[in-house]
Amino acid sequence: MIHSLFLINASGDIFLEKHWKSVVSRSVCDYFFEAQERATEPENVPPVIPTPHHYLISVLRHRIYFVAVIQSEVPPLFVIEFLHRVVDTFQDYFGVCTEAAIKDNVVVVYELLEEMLDNGFPLATESNILKELIKPPTILRTMVNTITGSTNVGEQLPTGQLSVVPWRRTGVKYTNNEAYFDVVEEIDAIIDKSGSTITAEIQGVIDACVKLTGMPDLTLSFMNPRLLDDVSFHPCVRFKRWEAERILSFIPPDGNFRLLSYHVSSQNLVAIPVYVKHNITFREGSSQGRFDLTLGPKQTMGKAVEAVLVSSQLPRGVLNANLNPSQGTYTFDPVTKLLTWDVGKINPQKLPNLKGTMNLQAGASKPDENPTINIQFKIQQMAISGLKVNRLDMYGEKYKPFKGIKYMTKAGKFQVRT
Amino acid sequence: MSTAALYNDQGAAEAAVEAGQETTPTSSSSGAAFGLFSTDFKKNEDLKEMLESNKESLKLEAMKRIVQLISKGKNASELFPAIVKNVASKNIELKKLVYVYLVRYAEEQQDLALLSISTFQRALKDPNQFIRASALRVLSSIRVPIIVPIMMLAIKEAAADLSPYVRKTSAHAIQKLHSLDPDQKEQLIEVIEKLLKDKSTLVAGSVVMAFEEVCPDRIDLIHKNYRKLCNLLVDVEEWGQVVIINMLTRYARTQFLNPNINESLLEEGSGGEKMFYGSDEDEDEDEKEKKAEAAAIAKRKPYVMDPDHRLLLRNTKPLLQSRNAAVVMAVAQLYFHLAPKAEVGVIAKALVRLLRSHSEVQFVVLQNVATMTIKRRGMFEPYLKSFYIRSTDPTQIKVLKLEVLTNLANETNISTILREFQTYIKSMDKDFVAATIQAIGRCATNIGEVRDTCLNGLVQLLSNRDELVVAESVVVIKKLLQMQPEKHSDIIKHMAKLTDNIQVPMARASILWLIGEYCEHVPRIAPDVLRKMAKSFTNEEDIVKLQIINLAAKLYLTNSKQTKLLTQYVLNLAKYDQNYDIRDRARFVRQLIVPTEKSGALSKYAKKLFLALKPAPVLESPFKDRDHFQLGSLSHLLNAKAGGYQELPEWPEAAPDPSVRNVEVKESVPEWTKCSSREKRKEKKVEKPFYSDSEGESGPTESADSESDSASTTDSASASVSEESESGLESESEEESETEEEEEDKKEKKNQKKEPKKPVQESESEQSSEEEDRKPEKRSKKLKSDSESDSVEDEGSESESSPSESEDFESEAVVTKKKKAAESKPPSKSVRKEEKKEKKEMSLLDLDDFEPTPSPQVTPVNTLLSNSLATDLEGLSLSDSILSPATIIPSGALKNYELLHRITGEGLSVEYCFSRQPFSPDANMVAVQLQFTNNSTSDTKNLHMEDVRLQSGMRVKEFPEIELLPAGEMTSAVMGIDFCDSTQAANFQLCSHTKKFFVSIQPPVGELMRPVFLTENEFKKEQGQLMGMNEITEKLTLDVKCRNEHAIVQRVTTAANLSRVPCGSDKECSPPVPPPDYPVHRFAGRTVTSSSLVLVTVATREEGAAQLMVNCEKMVIGTMLVKDILLALTQ
Repeated sequence: MIHSLFLINASGDIFLEKHWKSVVSRSVCDYFFEAQERATEPENVPPVIPTPHHYLISVLRHRIYFVAVIQSEVPPLFVIEFLHRVVDTFQDYFGVCTEAAIKDNVVVVYELLEEMLDNGFPLATESNILKELIKPPTILRTMVNTITGSTNVGEQLPTGQLSVVPWRRTGVKYTNNEAYFDVVEEIDAIIDKSGSTITAEIQGVIDACVKLTGMPDLTLSFMNPRLLDDVSFHPCVRFKRWEAERILSFIPPDGNFRLLSYHVSSQNLVAIPVYVKHNITFREGSSQGRFDLTLGPKQTMGKAVEAVLVSSQLPRGVLNANLNPSQGTYTFDPVTKLLTWDVGKINPQKLPNLKGTMNLQAGASKPDENPTINIQFKIQQMAISGLKVNRLDMYGEKYKPFKGIKYMTKAGKFQVRT
Repeated sequence: MSTAALYNDQGAAEAAVEAGQETTPTSSSSGAAFGLFSTDFKKNEDLKEMLESNKESLKLEAMKRIVQLISKGKNASELFPAIVKNVASKNIELKKLVYVYLVRYAEEQQDLALLSISTFQRALKDPNQFIRASALRVLSSIRVPIIVPIMMLAIKEAAADLSPYVRKTSAHAIQKLHSLDPDQKEQLIEVIEKLLKDKSTLVAGSVVMAFEEVCPDRIDLIHKNYRKLCNLLVDVEEWGQVVIINMLTRYARTQFLNPNINESLLEEGSGGEKMFYGSDEDEDEDEKEKKAEAAAIAKRKPYVMDPDHRLLLRNTKPLLQSRNAAVVMAVAQLYFHLAPKAEVGVIAKALVRLLRSHSEVQFVVLQNVATMTIKRRGMFEPYLKSFYIRSTDPTQIKVLKLEVLTNLANETNISTILREFQTYIKSMDKDFVAATIQAIGRCATNIGEVRDTCLNGLVQLLSNRDELVVAESVVVIKKLLQMQPEKHSDIIKHMAKLTDNIQVPMARASILWLIGEYCEHVPRIAPDVLRKMAKSFTNEEDIVKLQIINLAAKLYLTNSKQTKLLTQYVLNLAKYDQNYDIRDRARFVRQLIVPTEKSGALSKYAKKLFLALKPAPVLESPFKDRDHFQLGSLSHLLNAKAGGYQELPEWPEAAPDPSVRNVEVKESVPEWTKCSSREKRKEKKVEKPFYSDSEGESGPTESADSESDSASTTDSASASVSEESESGLESESEEESETEEEEEDKKEKKNQKKEPKKPVQESESEQSSEEEDRKPEKRSKKLKSDSESDSVEDEGSESESSPSESEDFESEAVVTKKKKAAESKPPSKSVRKEEKKEKKEMSLLDLDDFEPTPSPQVTPVNTLLSNSLATDLEGLSLSDSILSPATIIPSGALKNYELLHRITGEGLSVEYCFSRQPFSPDANMVAVQLQFTNNSTSDTKNLHMEDVRLQSGMRVKEFPEIELLPAGEMTSAVMGIDFCDSTQAANFQLCSHTKKFFVSIQPPVGELMRPVFLTENEFKKEQGQLMGMNEITEKLTLDVKCRNEHAIVQRVTTAANLSRVPCGSDKECSPPVPPPDYPVHRFAGRTVTSSSLVLVTVATREEGAAQLMVNCEKMVIGTMLVKDILLALTQ
């Protein structure tokens, strides 16, 4: 399946290669570079590139292209999904997945890739198993290793792979037994010029951090499970129980994992927690444009809207912007024409406002498009869909765990057209 | 352990020497690399030192740096010898890194890579399943063709392993072997067939992968496993799920009927949906007829879904909830291709969910959605808004979303879609705007109601400031106008004005074509446009020039009065154009339109030619008809067949026999998990209906419970299964399984009437329920058990014959052999087959009766013992005197090798041979006899050895110094070398009083063993224990000169130091066997150092055909020995 993997950085250097079958010359990447050149933006490189003898399937994450070389028919999503899994694993191991991190840990990277694929077919992709095979590098361990010469390859062989719960490692022990769940909802919305909602959807995830001894069996129930329209589960969740009772029943993996992600149906009305008043105009003949933007909270159930960040891609003709924020700071990059305004928290009494003028190229005609405004924000302690966890129970173990649930609402792809 | 490590060591160091000698010229590329990266080369030097040090940490450090080199794509192959010897390291990380290296470079350094094989070979027998698995993984990843037989054996062995993890690894290895040597296909299919029966979820995905790679067309292998695969699916790991689902899609297409036969009828009634597609309207008539026919058939025979078809759909549906996008896509395509129309809808939601994922996932999903929306628009209509485009989407995603939106457009939602499109047109992304304009054009052609609105909108765009937008609009408008030109002469006029401003060639060409085509609608403007164009003709692009010629020709035909001169002018210009296409066109047009006396008959029809009515173009989706590729596949994405793509078969007219999937006989594959059998028992008692598994039991066991589902599902179809379940109701499953097995055994017996040794099988079947897991292969067990029965008694004698005693057996063995041969010919296999039943019983009786059997063999042992002692003593006594070669070499067939040529030795020549005598000072050493000849005119003094350089583990016992070798004299000496069962050379210096010579002794593999005496029964018993991995079989045609027994024996014993196993030694106990026509020759020996048994069998057939079989615990020795003997017998 996957023949080889090349890692290419933003400047077009192949800084890592790994082959699972016979060696494929790195010159195959020339086809990729060609495609890259043709695509103006980095994210426009087609994920699948046919070459005379191979197919290149690539993903772009953290400004690194992960290019897999394929020789024959294989579902493209299979490869793409796997490459993302590789990136996730790197991130899990090194904290960040940057070129520097990969280069520093190239041996671990190699060991990981070796375990993850056999002859190009995924072998062990479950992070719990991988961590048993290859311990993630920490500063302490690196030091100890250099002094004592010990290794970061697990001495014991993983038993998890064979057990009925392959995602959980065996013999887990904690002194403090805790289970935390974060319900995070993101609002994807497009708001049109007049402020009416064109489309709005809520996508939610429940991320868990479970540190429990032994083999706990957990059940999680919701107050209003009918809200969840479409769900996808971590493999640990028993699907049939969900079908029948709408209860999540599972033996959790150890550590951090995504328990489920869900979609709140578009039939439900989505509350939009912020509104934007905007007045962005360019006058014909004049080399100046006016910019006026005001944000305000709406339907937030009394919760504060925090970490607000506004960004907008201004038209190419704009040379400079002279703006005055009532709070926060703004930056304008004259090269990329990207305007960002770090607002912070919205104070309902004094609405944040950004106002001023934009300088256009002299003599250039008025740009015929208006920029769209992307907004990011966070609202703590609230799930905008109204989803509530009812209770969390544990079976199979005797101790009493500490349980915690946190709610948060975030902006996903939240766009305002002007 | 140690010996093999040492063995590797030797190889590595020797190779290092070799590599050192020929670093530069090996390959031009590496040579160049050295030149370019001379610093690297230096670094590598110190890496070599680090690797050869004794410290683990240094080695590890070195390996880490080497891995860094590999990761950068730098060549580190010259370090191979130094690295390969660490393959047996105890440090796991070091070992793993060595594996990484080995797999990467083994292909380039095949000979050296072979040195590591024995380590893996040993690891394959490790009690720890992970070690076995990883050994097989690496062994099969080393792409060295010479080890193909070893890999084959390893795979076969591992496929029967107790651990599912090892079996999974073997499934992976199948693909590797297949890509290395496609000739093994047939054997591999057998293994696949066996593994497909496996019940472990761990194995399922991998073996189906292997199936897809090796024999995707052998759909018949799936039948019996279909239900099991369906039921296991939920618990298979996610990657395996994808592969299995894709395979099952193909399978279902060949086995079940199209569930939509009736549906297509219904749709016909409410067919309004499809009407918007012009193309559909065209096809409608034909299709109606077809559908009517289909309907007729359907009415006669109402469609009933095969329960197996239903099973597949039901069991895959939950996987739509998978977190893995590939799994979701796989299920989606399965539903799209297999489900009744009413049920396909469920996949839409899941696919829309995937749109939240990474942009690459979106890209692929949207491609597939685009194809689906053409066929099944209704499915995605509720999710229209999910395809709205955000300014932050990458262009390629935007274009695909646009495609989906266009496909989804119908008269109810077109207004909202057009409003969306309006905002898109203002986008800064011009490629996207162009795509939007195309999309508007398509909406306009598809939905008649909005055609005018769209056209007006597009005309407005003509005044856009961006040229690209205008150009694209022109092209689209041109296409739209073609549909109803008469209504839109004002638009044409407007466009004519644009020729002054628009510079994009495609747009200009489009305008010119429009004006030419509809010149009668704009009779006054057209000539004027031509005038302008004639002026600028030379500066236009080629495509525009062609259209100018076209325009001129058309005007000339319709309005020759005004445009005759202009046309002439244009044609003249074109005549001297640089582009031959244009010159051609000009000439062609002139001939056609300008009447001359020479002009042919065609000019009469010029008007018809140029002003023919042109059909309006059909604007259709690029995704139309893409669904003949299996969705979700690479081929679908590229819209071209990728290598290895398996066509999605069309539905069969009539369903093939569904009973092929009935699993009538429970396979005797052992139940790997107790859990499942327990579960089954429970389930069978309860006998639940289809959907009953709702009582929320723990996830992991669900596989088992769904299994029972299948049983109940299928009972309607198969009588035998229902029988089974009935019996399950009555009795405990333990019993049941037993009876099943018995039943099966009986059946098997029926099937295999010709199979020998039936009685054994029967007794075996009783144990089988408990023990089956333990036996690697039925065959081997059979063999073992029957030989066991014979040889229990012999065991004593065997243990008596300790290595030192049996060492000297060869000569004696030859004698015995001859004697025995005179007495009886060895029973050939064919004979034994006929007689097997009788004989079997006899031998069972023998157990009690034939205690004395060993005794006649013991006596020779004793005499031999004294013999060998004598020779030993002789050796001792002779070791310090001169040995005459004649006394040592009994058969005289020993080969002499040259150690030192007389020219290089400046008069001193040395030859050596392997005397095949025990080396008395040390039984683990091979005796090497050296013969010195002094050809010079002066005496040579103080001949002795010095500076012995050996691979670690090897030892040498030097020959005693020869004080004086007078000129022209000859003398000999014996030295002993412990080669550690490897064919590595021993290097040393031969010194005289004046000179030193570097020499080396390399043993042929046949000399690394000493003969042992075994009886035929012992031989068979031992052979039974060395099956599988350790057995290498080759077919050969014997050389004409060696078809008689004597020649064969002689050649084999010359090639290898083995003793003949006296055949028919058990003849005393069995009735006289008629002399077989095709005798079997057996030879036995033990390796000198590790005393591993080496068993050689040469079975002759008619016409000189023969089969050579070598059983040896050390596979490398075995492989090499096979080669040597093969050579000996065929030359």
